[in-house]
Amino acid sequence: MNAPQTPHALHFMPSAGFRARARDVVENPFLRQSFRGAMDFLMSKRAAQFPDPEELESLRSLGERIRQYNLAKLPELLETLETNLTRNGIKVHWAETPEEANAIILGICQKHSARLMVKGKSMVSEEIELNHAAEAAGIGALESDMGEYIVQLAGEKPSHIIMPAIHKTKEQIAKLFHENVPGVEYTDNVDALIQIGRQVLREKFEIADIGLSGVNFAVAETGTLCLVENEGNGRMCTTAPPVHIAITGIEKIVEKLEHVPPLLSLLTRSATGQNISTYFNMISRPRQPGEKDGPGEVHLVLLDNGRSQAYADEQLRKTLQCIRCGACMNHCPVYTRIGGHAYGTTYPGPIGKIISPHMLGLEATAGLTTASSLCGACGEVCPVKIPIPDLLIRLREEAFSEPQANPAMRGQGAGHNGLISAVWRGWSAVYSSPALYRTASWLASRFRWLTPRRQGGWTSVRTPLQPAPKRLRDLIKERN
Amino acid sequence: MSARDRILAKLKANAPATAGELPDVAAWYAAHRSEESNADKAKRFRHFIELAHAEVYAVSRGGWLQKLYEVLSAKQIDKLLVAPGTPHGARAQAELPPLGIACPGYDAPIEGWKAAMFNETPASFTAARGAIAETGTLILWPTADEPRLMSLVPPVHIVLLDAASIYNTFYEAMQTEGWKDGLPTNSLLISGPSKTADIQQTLAYGAHGPKELIVLMIEENI
Repeated sequence: MNAPQTPHALHFMPSAGFRARARDVVENPFLRQSFRGAMDFLMSKRAAQFPDPEELESLRSLGERIRQYNLAKLPELLETLETNLTRNGIKVHWAETPEEANAIILGICQKHSARLMVKGKSMVSEEIELNHAAEAAGIGALESDMGEYIVQLAGEKPSHIIMPAIHKTKEQIAKLFHENVPGVEYTDNVDALIQIGRQVLREKFEIADIGLSGVNFAVAETGTLCLVENEGNGRMCTTAPPVHIAITGIEKIVEKLEHVPPLLSLLTRSATGQNISTYFNMISRPRQPGEKDGPGEVHLVLLDNGRSQAYADEQLRKTLQCIRCGACMNHCPVYTRIGGHAYGTTYPGPIGKIISPHMLGLEATAGLTTASSLCGACGEVCPVKIPIPDLLIRLREEAFSEPQANPAMRGQGAGHNGLISAVWRGWSAVYSSPALYRTASWLASRFRWLTPRRQGGWTSVRTPLQPAPKRLRDLIKERN
Repeated sequence: MSARDRILAKLKANAPATAGELPDVAAWYAAHRSEESNADKAKRFRHFIELAHAEVYAVSRGGWLQKLYEVLSAKQIDKLLVAPGTPHGARAQAELPPLGIACPGYDAPIEGWKAAMFNETPASFTAARGAIAETGTLILWPTADEPRLMSLVPPVHIVLLDAASIYNTFYEAMQTEGWKDGLPTNSLLISGPSKTADIQQTLAYGAHGPKELIVLMIEENI
C-alpha cells in the first residue's frame, strides 16, 4: 500500500458541517417541497420506462456484467484507449490529482491564449473545481448547460448530478436572470427564461476559444468519446470552438463499441425516464483535412483522484461500476429530505457517500456514511447493480474502527472515538455472558431513575428513553 | 515516474487475475428484441420521434422537394442552408431558389462565416444515414460535404430519411453496418429537437440546438 497522500480539499464547500447543513434544509419547507416534488417526478418517469420487470432485471444484470468486465481489464483498456485515441489524433493526458488536471487544462488554454472556455455539463470538472482554478488564472469558464448556468449565476454548486438546479423555483430563477443578465425584464415563464439563456449562451459558443466537456463512455477499441445530453450545449462545446478538451474519470471506459447500447439505454431510462436522450454524440477525431467545422485539436484528460484506491479493493471496486444516472439519489429518502448541497461533496446522495471518501478522504467524509437508513432503495434501482448499502456498511467500518497500520483507505479510523468503542465493547461483553446480562439488566431497572433526561440527538425530537421498571424475565416469572 | 505510469502501476498491481468471458450483448438483444417489418419499424420510429416533438412527413422518392418547399413556406422561412456536395443538397439548391427560397451552400470552412451561421441562418437541410425505431432516433454521420454544425446551429433542422434504412435498435444499426471498423470524425444520434427540463422540471424546447426538427421520410408506397 502506498503512503496515503493528502486528499484534495474542496474550496467551495467544506465537507464537514454536514449535520448543520442537513438540519437547515430539513427545517426549510420550501426546499423540502422542491426536492420531494422533483424526486417523485423522476421516480415515476423511471418506473414508466421499465414496464417489464424481467427485461429490467436482465438488462441490469447485463449492465453489471459489462461494467465489471471492463473494470477487470481497466489498466489494459486504458492503454488501448490511449493508443487508439492517439492514432486518431486525440491527445491524451493523465492526472492523479485535481491540481494536476487543472494544470493540464489551463496549460492548454494558455497555449492558445484563451480568454473564454464554454463548458458542457461535466461533474468531473466540478470535482476538480475547474471554474475556481480558471478564474484564478484569469480565464473565463462559463457553464452552458441551462441548470449549470443557473447555479453558476447564483454562485452555487449543482445540487443533483443530472438536474443541477433542482433546488430552485422558477420564481428564484426569474429573479436571478432579471438581476444578473443585462436588459432582461422579470418573467417566470419557463419558455421565456430558456430563450434568454439560449440567447446569452449562443453568443458565447460563437466566440469561445475552448470547449470543455465530460465523457459518458470512452470506447477503447475505436478511440471514441461518447456524450449524452438533451440541450445541444454539449455538441456546441465540442464542435464550435477551435479546441475541445474532454475530462473523465479513469473508470468510464468500455472495451467494445457494442457495450455502449445497453449502458446508454440503462443510463437515460434510469436518469430521466427517457428512452434515449435527444443527442448521443460520438467523437473519434479532431477536424480532418477538408472538413469545414469541428475543433482542430481534441484533448482527453484522464483523472484518477482516488479512483485507484477504490480499485485496489475487490469490494470497493464495485463503486467504479457507476454510470452516473442519479437514480440512487432520486430514490433516497435521505437525499429527498436534505437535498444535494447538505452533503458538501461534488457527488451527493448514495453514490456520493460511497465515492467521495476515496476523493476527499474519510477524515472529511466519515459522517456521510452514517446518513443512511440502509433501506436499500439505492441498491435496488442501481442500473449496474452496485451494492450501495453493503458498501455503506463497509465504509462505516473503515471510518469508525480503530486506526490500523496499513489501511485500505485514506483516513481509515478518522471517526474512531475511544469512549464509543469502549461502550460497544462493554455492550458486547454484557450480551455475550448470561450472568453479566442478568446483573446488568437488574442494575438498569433498579437504577432507572438515574437515566439522564437529555440524551443527545435522541431527545432533540423524542421523549427520553428509560429502562422499564421490571425486566421481561421478571414479568414472565410473575405470570408463571 | 509520470502520472500515467503511477496510475497504471497502481491499477495493474491490483487488477483481478481474469475478467471472465466477454459479456454476451448479442444474446440479450436476440432474447429481448424481435425482428420487425420495414413498415412496422417506420411506424414505431415515427411514433417515438413525434413523442419527442419532431414533425414527420411521409414523402415519395421523387416528391420530397415539393414537401420541403411546403414546410418552409408554411413556416415562412425563405432561406435554407444546404450541402451542395450531396445529391439532395444540390437538388434543393437547384430547385428552391426559383420558388423564392434562397439556398446558400455550406461550402467554406466555418471560420470565415461563423457569425452568419449563428445569426443569419434560420434553417438547414441534411440527410440522415439511417434511423432507430425503438427510440425514434435519427443517425447522422456528418461529412466534409455535409458538416457537423448544420444539424446544430440553425433553429430549424429538416432531415431527409429513407424509411428503408431504419433499424430496430441502436445495437442492430452498429452491428449491421460494422461501425467499430470505421467511425467517422463525429457520429450522432438525434432524437428530437433540443430540449431541457432544468427549470422546475418543466419541459422547454429549443435550449441550444434546433427548436424544430422536421423529418421527410421517404416511403416506397407513396
